[in-house]
Amino acid sequence: MLRKIMDKIEPWFEKGKPLHFAWPAYDAMDTFLYTSNVTTKGSVQVRDSLCLKRLMTTVMIAVAPCVLMAMYNTGFQSFQLMEKMGVPFVGSLPDSCCGWFSFPWQSWLMGQLCAWTQGWGFLALSPNPTNWLACFVYGAMYFLPVYIVTFVVGILWEWAFAAFRGHEINEGFFVTSLLLPLTLPATIPLWQVAIAITFGVVVAKELFGGTGRNFLNPALAARAFLFFTFSQQIVGDTIWVPVDGVTAATPLGMALTDGMNGIRQLAFQQNLTEMQYWFNAFFGLIPGSMGETSALCCLIGAALLVYTGIGSWRIMSSLLVGAMGTAFLFYFLYAAGFVTNPTMGIFPHWHFVLGGLAFGMVFMATDPVTGSMTYTGQYLYGFLIGFVIILVRAVNTAYPEGVMLAILFGNVTAPLIDYFVVQANIKRRELRNV
Amino acid sequence: MSHYKEAILDPIFKNNPIALQVLGICSALAVTTKLETAITMSLAVTAVVACSNFVISAIRNFIPDSIRMIVQMVVIASFVMVVDQILKAYAFEISRQLSVFVGLIITNCILMGRAEAFAMKNPPVLSFCDGIGNGLGYSLVLCVLATVRELVGSGKLLGFVLLPTVNNGGWYQPWGLMLLAPSAFFLIGFFIWILRTFRPEQIED
Repeated sequence: MLRKIMDKIEPWFEKGKPLHFAWPAYDAMDTFLYTSNVTTKGSVQVRDSLCLKRLMTTVMIAVAPCVLMAMYNTGFQSFQLMEKMGVPFVGSLPDSCCGWFSFPWQSWLMGQLCAWTQGWGFLALSPNPTNWLACFVYGAMYFLPVYIVTFVVGILWEWAFAAFRGHEINEGFFVTSLLLPLTLPATIPLWQVAIAITFGVVVAKELFGGTGRNFLNPALAARAFLFFTFSQQIVGDTIWVPVDGVTAATPLGMALTDGMNGIRQLAFQQNLTEMQYWFNAFFGLIPGSMGETSALCCLIGAALLVYTGIGSWRIMSSLLVGAMGTAFLFYFLYAAGFVTNPTMGIFPHWHFVLGGLAFGMVFMATDPVTGSMTYTGQYLYGFLIGFVIILVRAVNTAYPEGVMLAILFGNVTAPLIDYFVVQANIKRRELRNV
Repeated sequence: MSHYKEAILDPIFKNNPIALQVLGICSALAVTTKLETAITMSLAVTAVVACSNFVISAIRNFIPDSIRMIVQMVVIASFVMVVDQILKAYAFEISRQLSVFVGLIITNCILMGRAEAFAMKNPPVLSFCDGIGNGLGYSLVLCVLATVRELVGSGKLLGFVLLPTVNNGGWYQPWGLMLLAPSAFFLIGFFIWILRTFRPEQIED
C-alpha cells in the first residue's frame, strides 16, 4: 500500500511540477523504504552488495536496543528518584504554572494516562519504578520530543543543502539524528537541541561537502557544541533525571570527584553491594545521558554491527584494549601508592560501564566516514581514543566525560594515521623490490 | 589620486588582510570577546601599520637588503611602544584588558606583511594610505567578530546590556562557546564564506 502511495505521488515531484523543489525529500523517503530502481550507469566499482542506505538501516537496527533502553531508563530513573526522595508524582497541572514555556506536559499526560488505563490489568500504568510499561511511556515522552526536534530541524537543513546543490538527501542523517538524542540528558531544552543539530549538520558536515566528506562525526560535533555553549544544561547533578529540584549525580560524576568511594557511596544509598551496583550500571539502570547508560544494549548493537561487518571490530577491540590498559596502568600506580589522585583508582571494569564509553566505542568511534580506513590505522585509532578517554577521565577531572572529546580527537587524527600507514606500506614494498 | 583611493579602499573587501591574505588571525581570536577591546585594538593596529609603513617607505632606499627585516622590526616595535604607552596613559582600564596583545602587535603578520610587500616598493604617502586601508580591513573583521561574540556570548554590546541573561534574572541564555577562541574561527569562516559568495573571484581552487 505504501508503495502505491509513493508511486502515486511521484509525478508531483517531477521536473517542472510545482513540488519539484521537494524532490530530494521524496527521493530520500522512497529509497529509504524501498530499493532504488535506478541502475548506476557507466563503469562502476562494486566492493560488495551493500549500499549506503542498507548500511544505515542496519545501524539503526543496531541502535534500537539503546533507544528502547533510553526510554525505559529515563522513566525508571524519574520514578525511582521520586520514590526515594519522597517527591509526590503530580499528575495534574499545578495551580500557578511556571509559564507556558516550561509547561510540565509530561507529568500531566502521564497522570491522564494513569487515570485512563485504571483496571486494564497488566497494561494499567502507575507512576512507580516497578511498572515497566509506565517507565517506558514516561521516558518516551522525554526522548521522543528531543528525537523529533533533532530529526525535523536536521532534515530541513539537509533538504536545504540537497535542494540547493541538486543532490539527494543522504541517509547518514537518519543515524546522526538517532545518535544525538541518545547522548543528551533528558532535561535538555528543545531549542538547544535545534541549535545543536543545526551546528552538527551545517558546520560539521555540509560545509565540508556532506556525508562522506565530513571529518568530524556530526552527532558528536553537535554534542560538543552544546557542551561548550550551554554547559549548564549538559553538565551537573540536576539535569540527568527529570524531577524538579532534586539532584541525582551520575556514578561517573561521583567517581570523578571521589574515585571508587563515590561509587560505593551511591551503591550504599541504594542498599546494593558494589558488584550488584556494577550490574545495574551494566544493564543501564543508572542516571546519565539518555541512551548511553546501558553497556549491555551497546554490546547487543556491537554484536550486530560486527556480524554484518559494518562496524569495525578492530576499532572496537583496540579501543577497549586501550581504555582498559590505561585504566589498569593508572589503577596500578594508584594501588602502588605512586599517585594519590582518587580518580586514578577507579577499577578498569567500572570505567567500561560508566558514562558513554561503551556507546562511544560501538556507535561513535566506528563511524566509517570519520574513522581510520586502513586496518593497521584502525588499531592505532581505536587505541588512541581509548587511551585519551581514560586520560581525560582520570587526569583532567575538570571535564565530566572524556569519551566525546577523545573520539573527536581521534576523528581529527584519523586521516594522519591513515597517511602514515599508507606511507609505511609504500616504503615497505619499495624495500622489498630493491 | 585613484592610486591613493585604491590603496585605502581595496583592502576592505577586495583584498582583506584577514579574509583573503589570512594574516593577523591570532589577535582576531584573542581580543574579540568584547567590542570595546576590539575597537581599541583596531585603532592601535591601524595607527601602527600606517605610521610604520610611512617610515619604512621613506627609508626604503637606505635599508640594506640583508638586514631589512630587522630594520622593519625596529620601526614597528618603536611605534607599538608609543601606542602602548599612550593606551596606558589615557585608557588604562582597556589597556589592562588587552594585556599583552598590544605588545604583540609587533608580531602581527599584517605589519610585516605590508612593510615587506608594499612599503618597500612604494612611495611614503601611498604606503601610508595602504597602511590605513589594511588597518580598516582588519578593523572591519574585528568589529564584526566582536559584535557577534559580545552580543551572543554575553548579551551585551559595548558593555550595555541588550539581552538580559538568565543569571541576572533575564531570559537570555548566553552562548558560552562564543567566549572561547574557536568561535572566532567559525565566525571568520562564515565571514569569508559570505564575502566570497559576493566576490567569487576570491575563491581559490
